[in-house]
Amino acid sequence: MKKDRIFWGTVAPLAAVVSSLLLVSIILILRGANPIEIFQVMISYGFDPRNLVSELNQTVAYYLAGVAAAIGFKMLLFNIGIDGQYRMGAFFGAVVGAAVSLPPVLHVLLIIITAMLAGGLWAAIAGYLKVRRGVSEVISNIMLNFIAAAIIAFLLGEELLGILPEGSQNVQTRPIPLSGQMPTFKMFNGEVYSFLFVAIFVGIAYWIMLNKTVFGFNLRATGLSFRAARSSGVNAPGMIFITTVLSGAIAGLVGLGTLLSDTHSYSMAFPSGFAFTGLSLALLGRNHPVGIFFAAFLWSFLERAAPVLEYEGVPPEIVIVMQGTIVLSIVIAYEVVARINLRQQQRAVGKANVDLVKESK
Amino acid sequence: MQKKLLGRWGVFAVAATLAASVVTGCGSDSEDAASTAEGTIGIAYSLGGRDVPGFNQLAYIGVEPLLAENPNLELIESQDNPTATDDQRAERLRLMAQKGANPIVVVGFTYAAALGKVAPEFPDTTWGIVDDSSVTAPNVHSIVFKEEEGSYLVGVAAALKSTSGNVGFIGGVNTPLIAKFEAGFIAGAKAVNAKIKVQSTYISNFPDFSGFNDPAKGYEAAKGMFENGADVVYAAAGGTGTGLHKAASELKKWSIGVDADEATYPAHADYVSTILTSMLKRVDVGVGAFVKDALAGNPTAGVKTWGVAEGGVGYTTTGGYIDDITSKIDEYSAKIASGEVVVPTDPKA
Repeated sequence: MKKDRIFWGTVAPLAAVVSSLLLVSIILILRGANPIEIFQVMISYGFDPRNLVSELNQTVAYYLAGVAAAIGFKMLLFNIGIDGQYRMGAFFGAVVGAAVSLPPVLHVLLIIITAMLAGGLWAAIAGYLKVRRGVSEVISNIMLNFIAAAIIAFLLGEELLGILPEGSQNVQTRPIPLSGQMPTFKMFNGEVYSFLFVAIFVGIAYWIMLNKTVFGFNLRATGLSFRAARSSGVNAPGMIFITTVLSGAIAGLVGLGTLLSDTHSYSMAFPSGFAFTGLSLALLGRNHPVGIFFAAFLWSFLERAAPVLEYEGVPPEIVIVMQGTIVLSIVIAYEVVARINLRQQQRAVGKANVDLVKESK
Repeated sequence: MQKKLLGRWGVFAVAATLAASVVTGCGSDSEDAASTAEGTIGIAYSLGGRDVPGFNQLAYIGVEPLLAENPNLELIESQDNPTATDDQRAERLRLMAQKGANPIVVVGFTYAAALGKVAPEFPDTTWGIVDDSSVTAPNVHSIVFKEEEGSYLVGVAAALKSTSGNVGFIGGVNTPLIAKFEAGFIAGAKAVNAKIKVQSTYISNFPDFSGFNDPAKGYEAAKGMFENGADVVYAAAGGTGTGLHKAASELKKWSIGVDADEATYPAHADYVSTILTSMLKRVDVGVGAFVKDALAGNPTAGVKTWGVAEGGVGYTTTGGYIDDITSKIDEYSAKIASGEVVVPTDPKA
């Protein structure tokens, strides 16, 4: 049974990736390009040691976004608010980090906790609205994303929390002092963010929480059936609220790798779009901490390879097509796998019944 | 979508109107050297790439005549994406340098941190960055503009043409850079009519940069301003400006474009009768001059600021709607060039 699950859990994503590659190949051939050559270029560039390091750093951010989405998915919550939660986390982490002066490790811890609190509290608004007022978390989160952007844009004003370095047009927060920065370590001629270990810790904690704790059991139970969980004594609305906050707190960590190890300040150059990425990755990785890691790495690998495609006469948007078809195929693949499983189960049950009937005769 | 507003033909149309000034604009004596130039020019665009009219496209238009003159000259291009971090932008620039491009034009201030990292790694490559002067390296040339001065001039035009004493400003994304446009426009309008009312709005807040490419919201914002009494509205908002021009042509009010001569955009063909003028930000001139000098072997480092005096900003007279007031506008222009008038860069000041 368990072996079966791992087998199908691996086959489905692989099938999705392969069918996406086939589809992209057709597009490339129609454009007059040789798909094999293009894939070779992508692979050789993407596996260049220096790029690998860069991909790993990006994977950390995507991984956290994926875990944040997965926590929501376990509860059937569609956390499209990851973007706003990440932004609040990175911004307030940067502001608090720059405002205080503490011994090295404590300083970093404070920034991490601040970011989680900011992301979690921001998500709590959507959680409260859902539990108390029945507002769909999708709607409220989309709105909250906009509001988060507006609040930060306001607070980054020069007279408030932002600064504009001489000659720059990029508004940013004051830099975090050395004690609040996280070191990088050398690997393959590149600099790996040590925030990687925080991401690994989050992945392990997520797995333990989900599979080895009462809380995780209640969470999964509520996600599977709200009513059943409630009638068996689980505080289901409370679970929804806590899960939302937890998902937001993890989302608050998404930007910290870049913040703590690279830029040391939050600025207009911080990326957006983590919500859709996170949701796609949770889907692709089947909400499993290891699966999400591979999905996140695949994503950052593909994105990394995009610029090199421009020099091969292929529009870099082909990478987005690839990502899109992977997500689409994965949904189909899981559905197919689910039906196969269902049929097998039915067959097994049917056979057992027949045996039972025979025995009783 | 709007991205494709200005297709290939549009590029040539705008290029044709601007090409002449690119050649005369840089006025260096490196003409002969450049006409036999070979090598590879790189352009790293900001969001949207070359097809976004105005800003990004002007960088391309700046090098286009050089490419046409020199068959041995190649161009490689790359564009930013919204999910990119500084680290990824740095890698984009690194790749371009590794591909042998020199000089490389980097369009937009979001590249500043990335360029600060990459430029020292490639000391033999000449880098030019538009809209930022915070990167100081011996091989980095900053191309910055006094947007407030050009906006001041169209502010003067707006106030002179307004009969209601009420004009409007639409900014694409609320950033310090776009605030310079707003500040100049307000100052110019007030210079003509101290009591003029200026309505002001921005389409989006960063990190949501959609405000530079959202004609539908531009239309609504402009319509609101016109209904609120404005009769001239200026949009410093990239592709969003198309919505303004549409609203203006429907309501028979004036609109003012930005960056390039918006009355020559094919997508604006239906609205030309109400496009009063456009504020020119000659990214093409700045980029063209930089690339030409670099190709001729005289790369210049440091900051080059293009204002009214340098011919880096100005206004257009397409359509002839402001022919009656150009002499007045030019008076203000002369005052700015001579330093008699100093245009503010902060709208709140």
